[in-house]
Amino acid sequence: MRKLHRIAAVCAIGAAMVAGNVMAQTAAAKEETGKDIAFNRSKGNCLACHGMPTVPDAESTGLYGPPLIAMSARFPDKAKLRAQIWDATATNPSTSMPPFGKHGVLSEQEIDKVTDFVYGL
Amino acid sequence: MKQQIVKLLAGMASLGIALGAASVQASPEQDRQDLIKYYTSKYPNVKIEDYVYGALAFDADSKAQYDAIMEFPPFESELDTGRKLWETPFKNGKTYAECLPNGGKMIAGNYPMFDDATGKVVTLEGALNNCRTANGETAYKLGDKKTLGVLTAYMRTLSDGMLMNIKVEGPKAMAAYEDGKKTFYARKGQLNFACANCHVQNAGVRLRSELISPAVGHAVHWPVFRGGDNLVTLQSRYEGCFKQVRAVPPAQGSTTMNDLEYFHSSLSNGLPMKASVFRK
Ligand code: HEC
Ligand code: HEC
Repeated sequence: MRKLHRIAAVCAIGAAMVAGNVMAQTAAAKEETGKDIAFNRSKGNCLACHGMPTVPDAESTGLYGPPLIAMSARFPDKAKLRAQIWDATATNPSTSMPPFGKHGVLSEQEIDKVTDFVYGL
Repeated sequence: MKQQIVKLLAGMASLGIALGAASVQASPEQDRQDLIKYYTSKYPNVKIEDYVYGALAFDADSKAQYDAIMEFPPFESELDTGRKLWETPFKNGKTYAECLPNGGKMIAGNYPMFDDATGKVVTLEGALNNCRTANGETAYKLGDKKTLGVLTAYMRTLSDGMLMNIKVEGPKAMAAYEDGKKTFYARKGQLNFACANCHVQNAGVRLRSELISPAVGHAVHWPVFRGGDNLVTLQSRYEGCFKQVRAVPPAQGSTTMNDLEYFHSSLSNGLPMKASVFRK
């Protein structure tokens, strides 16, 4: 719950930063957040397989993978978390999780953002 | 939490065995039994006979809706159109019934069939097209809902209740079977899925809000009418699943597709045919 407040706060700061500059504002509006990418069905679509119990609008989530929760505790090393998203087959060859980085489903920058978002869950 | 992950990993380890088994040449009957064992150990309460209902076997509410819809199928008029196509003689006066074994009745469960003469798998759609060309007509386009689609939707009803009976005999037939099996178990597309990742490993599990059907029981009820009136043939469904994982689907009727249908259909051996069902 506290995390949610933090995300909300970050958004507010983001909005405040671009206020007053129309150009920057449109650019910022277009730019997807880690959460946007994770939720987007044609990008991360993480919800197809993972519940996110601490995110209220993570609805009709699938059950292929474990719920993403308490991630910073379970992945103290953020690089390991990123590696799981970049290519899950490296640690589990029979995984059904797509290799988002290895197969270019997401760009490196998008993976960074998703990693940050998931790390905060 | 931890427990859940451990359970998940255990599930995947046993799948590893199933996937590993794919590389050794096993008999088709052994393959079928292995899959049944895999599903039934995961879902002891779901009966194999119910796998013909696909994902509905895992969801009593949706199955009840399905039963209600199937009492008055919304696709009766399509079946009627198909019956007319079936009964209309070719220009030379001959009919499909004269061209096919047993007048076209109780034969659908024998297809796809391996044809030793050509060394190729023949699907039922292919056999109907062969009748057409042998009688001086042009072949229908595979996957065309308005022609071959409705024709098979009706023609297959003549085999309702027949048990699926795919035979794999001789080294050439076995090679075609193995080719289909390879397609089923090989990862493909940008999203890197094998058919087995979803329809074996995750059968009965939700992908988003979609429950996933098991591969055993898949092949007995085609074509389906999605949403009640949108006819989808089996190979069109394969196409959809290829696209879903961002893979380029092989052409319908290609060796790859036909071999896949051959392998995939043999997994349903012993289950009753039931042409044309409703799917959402
Ligand atoms: C089609 C299914 C699927 C999709 C889509 C998917 N995952 Fe996964 N994920 C899995 C499975 C299955 C596991 C279990 C571990 C494994 O097999 O690698 C997993 C494991 C994980 C783990 C490790 C969790 C743990 O507790 O060990 C993380 C983190 C993760 N996924 C993040 C993501 C993110 C972020 C996305 C979206 C960008 C995503 N996943 C999309 C199936 C999926
Ligand atoms: C990413 C997941 C995924 C993969 C990979 C996948 N499918 Fe599917 N498939 C689905 C979903 C979702 C459905 C619709 C729900 C259902 O019936 O299982 C479906 C439905 C089907 C059906 C229709 C079942 C019915 O009774 O209506 C068949 C047949 C099928 N898939 C075959 C295949 C084959 C063959 C492959 C490999 C070429 C494949 N699928 C790969 C997700 C997948």
